[in-house]
Amino acid sequence: MSSQTPAPAPDSAWARVQLARHPKRPHSLDYIQRLIAGFHELHGDRRFADDAAIVGGFGYLRDRPVMVIGQQKGRDTKQKLHRNFGMPKPEGYRKALRLMQLAAKFRRPIVTLLDTPGAYPGIDAEERGQAEAIAYNLREMARLPVPIVSVVIGEGGSGGALGLGVGNRILILENAVYSVISPESCAAIIWRDAAHAEKAAAALRLTAPELLQFGLVDAIVEEPGEGAHAEPDAASFQLGNALAGALDELSHLSPEQLMEDRYRKFRSMGSFFQEV
Amino acid sequence: MAWFTREKSGVSADEGEKKVKTEGLWLKCDGCSQVIWRKGLEEQHNVCDKCGFHFKIEVAARLKMLFDGEYEEFDQGLASSDPLGFVDSRPYKERLESMKKATGLPDAIVCAAGELHRRRVQICAMELKFIGGSMGAVVGEKITRAVERCLAEKSPLIVISASGGARMQEGAISLMQMAKISAALMKLDEAGIPFISVLTDPTTGGVTASFAMLGDLNIAEPGALIGFAGPRVIEQTIRQKLPDGFQRSEFLLEHGFLDAVVPRREMKDYIGAAFDFFCGKG
Repeated sequence: MSSQTPAPAPDSAWARVQLARHPKRPHSLDYIQRLIAGFHELHGDRRFADDAAIVGGFGYLRDRPVMVIGQQKGRDTKQKLHRNFGMPKPEGYRKALRLMQLAAKFRRPIVTLLDTPGAYPGIDAEERGQAEAIAYNLREMARLPVPIVSVVIGEGGSGGALGLGVGNRILILENAVYSVISPESCAAIIWRDAAHAEKAAAALRLTAPELLQFGLVDAIVEEPGEGAHAEPDAASFQLGNALAGALDELSHLSPEQLMEDRYRKFRSMGSFFQEV
Repeated sequence: MAWFTREKSGVSADEGEKKVKTEGLWLKCDGCSQVIWRKGLEEQHNVCDKCGFHFKIEVAARLKMLFDGEYEEFDQGLASSDPLGFVDSRPYKERLESMKKATGLPDAIVCAAGELHRRRVQICAMELKFIGGSMGAVVGEKITRAVERCLAEKSPLIVISASGGARMQEGAISLMQMAKISAALMKLDEAGIPFISVLTDPTTGGVTASFAMLGDLNIAEPGALIGFAGPRVIEQTIRQKLPDGFQRSEFLLEHGFLDAVVPRREMKDYIGAAFDFFCGKG
């Protein structure tokens, strides 16, 4: 981009995308560290490997026992490589499901944190069934008998994010985005040029207020000041409030009610009309 | 004196290529480059009899191939409302209109019920020619309704996928159809009603990463491209050419993600036998 490019309007979709990807934006472990007391990380999918792009474990959110699972990006180059830039492989999704089923077995609620550019598009991921791993999570999450609260904390990158996103409540941070395709890929398809990403970001309606308007998320968690990156402690506190509220609401529902509530939620998503 | 005279001078060979119009009668096989008589090909379910290459076929041919005879179509009038007001090189609304004219379909799927080997089944078949068979709210809703019909009448489900994935023009609404259909399939699974997913060339993205991989049986036509990420995206990521046969049906079979690769002409009998086993004969 040339230096003359004007800064995007602060409320524009593109500005939100920039904030969602901000190098200092808190990642899953930053929130876990601040919000989950006595956190114990659990590793591995018991099948192939431990995927560092997804972290999970148990602990207490303001005295509520929870299983927390999140997509994890790295901060410096070494960490970024270790976390594969937050792009999970099939073993990551399988680990996540293993932990969710473990939580379900002991009737513990689940919190998932969504923050990924997308599921990893690579040879090994395809060989091990990236599509199957995500598909299986979508179906199995739908029948878990415990409360699930999902929060988009940064980049909600398509199916890669959704693979952890079948919750009873879906929250989104004010500057997070959730999209079917990255603005760059969308621009590459439409205009054969990724440089038109700014236009694509606006067209995709991927910002929190727009998603709320379409009924795809339940609530927006406000971020302090310039954004979560500027005040991570305050952002964590806000997120903690929202999570505690959502978990308390769901704690009264029976396993059957929880499954039905989740089914109804996704069943109603869509926009179409009946031609006569 | 010459036997023939040129009527015009300055006639040269490169003045427009001379073409014999054989288009529509003959075509070249994409598999073995053999020239094939189109009519003969159609009688062979559009499979090359020399090399077994499976040509892409339209929804109507698919349904005719699987149903015993007559079938009833559902939700024919369901159409996209363009919830995002999406405009790229042209408005999405216009794109939908022209696709509708070109394919005669309101969206990328046809859902129908009828008999297969005298057993009532629901079949959803995707149409690749309609915006790349992409899945938006209409595809999501129609498959979900088909699942609900299966639950109500206890009949098995077949979904034939041919799709590039979720439809960009409907944004996150398209994305959520993955979860919606998968949740409905959970109910079908709980009810013990069989679902066979048939993957055809190509099946990628959000379609593979949801219902297409959730069959009690996942079967594919030979040589179909099946994957999560498209080959071009992977090549850009790893900056390498992909090996031959990568993400083809046989590759998926080898890696354990398909129950079988089934040639088109055996598809109906294969599905019939599976339902006989799952539900009992008669």
